[in-house]
Amino acid sequence: MMDTKRTTFQNKWLPYVLLAPQLFITLIFFIWPAGQAVKSSFEREDPFGFSTVFVGLQHYARLMQDPNYLDSFLRTAVFAVAVTVISMLLGLLFAVAVDRLMRSARVYTTLLVWPYAVAPVVAGVLWFFLFNSSTGILPYYLSFFGIKWDHNLNGTHAMILIIIAAAWKQISYNFLFFLAGLQSVPHTLMEAAAIDGSGPIKRFFDISLPLLSPTTFFLFIVNVNYTMFDTFSIVDATTNGGPAQSTNILVYKVYQDGYLGLNLGSSSAQSVLLMLIVIVLIFVQFRFVERRVQY
Amino acid sequence: MIKKLVLTAAAVALSATTSLAATEVTWWHAMGGELGKKLEEVAQKFNESQSEYKVVPVYKGTYPETLTAAIAAFRAKQQPAIVQVFEVGTGTMMAAKGAVYPVYKLMADQGEAFDTKSFLGPVTGYYSDTEGNILSLPFNSSTPIMYYNKDVFKKAGLDPEVAPKTWKEVEEFSKKIVTSGAAKCGFTSAWITWVQTENLSAIHDKPFGSLENGFGGFDTKFEFNGDLQVKHWANLKKWQDEGLFKYGGPVGGDQAATMFYSQECAITMNSSAGRAGVINNAKTFTPGFAPLPYYDDETKEPKNSIIGGATLWVLNGKDDATYKGVAKFFSYLSKPEVQADWHQFTGYLPITNAAYELGQKQGYYEKNPGADVSIRQIMRGTPSANSKGVRFGNFAQVRTVVDEEFQALLAGKKDAKQALDSAAKRGDAILREFQAAN
Amino acid sequence: MVENRPFLTFLTHAFLLCGFVVVAFPVYVAIIASTHDAQTLMSTTMPLLPGSHFIENYRTIFTSASAANGLPAYPLMAMNSMIMAIVITIGKIVISILSAFAIVYFRFRFRQLAFWIIFITLMLPVEVRIMPTYKIVADLGMLNSWAGLIIPLVASATATFLFRQFFMTVPEEMMEAARVDGAGPMKFFKDILLPLSRTNIAALCVILFIYGWVQYLWPMLVTTDPSYYTLMMGMKRMVAVQDGEVQWNLVMAASVLAMLPPVAIVIFMQRLFIRGLTETEK
Repeated sequence: MMDTKRTTFQNKWLPYVLLAPQLFITLIFFIWPAGQAVKSSFEREDPFGFSTVFVGLQHYARLMQDPNYLDSFLRTAVFAVAVTVISMLLGLLFAVAVDRLMRSARVYTTLLVWPYAVAPVVAGVLWFFLFNSSTGILPYYLSFFGIKWDHNLNGTHAMILIIIAAAWKQISYNFLFFLAGLQSVPHTLMEAAAIDGSGPIKRFFDISLPLLSPTTFFLFIVNVNYTMFDTFSIVDATTNGGPAQSTNILVYKVYQDGYLGLNLGSSSAQSVLLMLIVIVLIFVQFRFVERRVQY
Repeated sequence: MIKKLVLTAAAVALSATTSLAATEVTWWHAMGGELGKKLEEVAQKFNESQSEYKVVPVYKGTYPETLTAAIAAFRAKQQPAIVQVFEVGTGTMMAAKGAVYPVYKLMADQGEAFDTKSFLGPVTGYYSDTEGNILSLPFNSSTPIMYYNKDVFKKAGLDPEVAPKTWKEVEEFSKKIVTSGAAKCGFTSAWITWVQTENLSAIHDKPFGSLENGFGGFDTKFEFNGDLQVKHWANLKKWQDEGLFKYGGPVGGDQAATMFYSQECAITMNSSAGRAGVINNAKTFTPGFAPLPYYDDETKEPKNSIIGGATLWVLNGKDDATYKGVAKFFSYLSKPEVQADWHQFTGYLPITNAAYELGQKQGYYEKNPGADVSIRQIMRGTPSANSKGVRFGNFAQVRTVVDEEFQALLAGKKDAKQALDSAAKRGDAILREFQAAN
Repeated sequence: MVENRPFLTFLTHAFLLCGFVVVAFPVYVAIIASTHDAQTLMSTTMPLLPGSHFIENYRTIFTSASAANGLPAYPLMAMNSMIMAIVITIGKIVISILSAFAIVYFRFRFRQLAFWIIFITLMLPVEVRIMPTYKIVADLGMLNSWAGLIIPLVASATATFLFRQFFMTVPEEMMEAARVDGAGPMKFFKDILLPLSRTNIAALCVILFIYGWVQYLWPMLVTTDPSYYTLMMGMKRMVAVQDGEVQWNLVMAASVLAMLPPVAIVIFMQRLFIRGLTETEK
């Protein structure tokens, strides 16, 4: 299912040598601990590891019977789709715009990548300064439009807040890679098309977008992963999963139960489920979507 | 610049080697900011007071991060001798019998004098077993109190020196404040679970859970869905609808503080340890301090409030010399002057009677009005099974559940009874899981 | 630029400026917050104009803030952050580009498996593996060492995947030509692939540098020695204050300062991937 070059180098040992450092680190520091996590999803264990009992699928069964957990799937889907679409679309638009400019491209790039450098330890409080209902800036301005912002009690507001916060983090990232992709589109192609009389929009869809498809495919997968696995700190800093669970996405529950609650078995089971979902998603991507990617 | 760095690095290395002769006692803590600096000073002064032991404090992040780090380290046999654990981790630590060296036992084994009676009962009681043996040493404890805005009270035509005593008065005062336009809201509260549920139950001598609030064993069930708690939650919802009460947010309720500082709300209820912060941030008004309100139709004599904060746990697997050092250090920490200094600097509760008396003698409480509101609140009456504290496994998760149900109540999705019943039921499931794992 | 369309150019500028205002608004708030005193930030609607405490706040960060929070000196933390960020960036790029090269340009047993083993590391939340990972690092005796801090963070599925995507777009003819010339795989890699990958490497440098720069959870877990403190650990310690007051004005000043090295990297790396005015004439 995975493509390679039509012609390849013939060498018996070189590919293994090239892969060795990456595989070595991955196996020791990722795969082995991940295996431990899978193992502990079938066990019940106290945090300090004194008593370990094999319980089979009990953690999984319990999750499947928990209506709150099942609700969280839908919320996660809404969140993941919204964040991926918003951040990729804006990233692409910014990249296309910057790519058009020559004189000021560097200035804009710097300005647009800057937000990515905001340290995660302070990002949470920035959202607090911006959104908290008593002294935040945005609720203050929204109140002129008759909107009473309160993400502590209004689930929709809370969801909008975490989508904005999570998408914001990724826009710079997507922008940067889209721009790198666009910058390597050969100029001669664009000039030729321009001479043929095709306008900028037509050129974008006929030339740039297809050539960007490997980047788009890369970013799509990275973004889905980001929304599914990396967003717990944003939720933790803004809504704590509330109000009444309306922003409790799957990965936040893993964090809450495992890291804060020290319920290792259940949180391992949750991450295994989460992993399975994403693996299936990505498998489907490679199987069906990658065919349409033009390398 | 680089030269300087090398020099500092060398100095660090040097200071590490010169003290090698002393037995090192590592102490992992979760105190950031200036409190962390103060904590390191305490350790430093102990180190200077003798030469046999060296306490090495290491900052390990937030409370949950510190606890996780300690557990990971224990499993890898790299644990510190002492770790600071927040109150919701108490159940986890107590259940981990093989990992923990109980403080009373440590002190006895090492021959250090340790008189349980010299401690403030309501503080140490939270961390004792049913026989009254202290399992972990309280280090930074606090209890919720009421803060109010004297200027707003004046504006509303209230006496700024009289704080509301009962919930009925809180309601009356809030109405006056809101209708007179002195402030937009009457009161708010941090920590809905800790202040408006756990402490509410303790003050009114109502059980939070069975088996002495979980002190008696793992086979406990939540009982916080009683009439009193239902009545209080229903009132909070009613007061919210009337504009008297504003919700400060989940968990610690960070917005409660900003609503109080910005004079949006005239009253807030929060940890007594926040007193210094309130004084600093109340730039344009004078704050007042008072005990938490109670329902006078439920009780005539409110019980002591319960504490929160963190304690120092000793972990197993170190050698005898290290434990000797830990015992010496704990004796040092319990000294009246050390305690009084820490208590007065940080605003945390003193843990011994002697430290409180020393403060009185020094005239500290006269010079700092409101600083003893918390102490008097925890010392009133005799602690009962319902006001000793709460002890449940996976308690962080339970608090999350209580928060969620409270939000459902405020959003109008459930009434108070339904919300508390559901919280108790979901909480029980979490307790059963904990029981099964331990 | 392919052709001149003034109106479209104007629109482009307008769009980018609007976009910048929206996207960078939180950064602006951080900068503004770093010029006020702590009380203003907590008790009034967050101001949008600079305050009068700019010099005072930044001076405090360089002078007394470290000592007041129990931290090592600022230059030491800055140096450690720099080492972390640079070594992680270089390490990730080197091992990822090599493994992508192996996966795309060779056919060998376990090729698929190798790719998936690397790829799957994207998919496990840190919180779940943190305890077992810690145990391994401890068992290998790598606590309190640069190796323990850096090596577990050096594997990169993202970078491997990106290079793989890029190599797939490199025309087949390039390799065929190289083979006809008798160039071996490493010569082809060095003379042809590496220069072609420049834009992607530059973009990755920016992203990975920031990744290394903002780490705090892992360093906090595996080190207990204050000489390994990084700026992020220091900031975390100023932020995670229990029951006390966070001096947000100082934290914001520290965070604004901590943004400067990543921004410098962005400016520096752009030479490699933004076509300059001169280049288009080539």
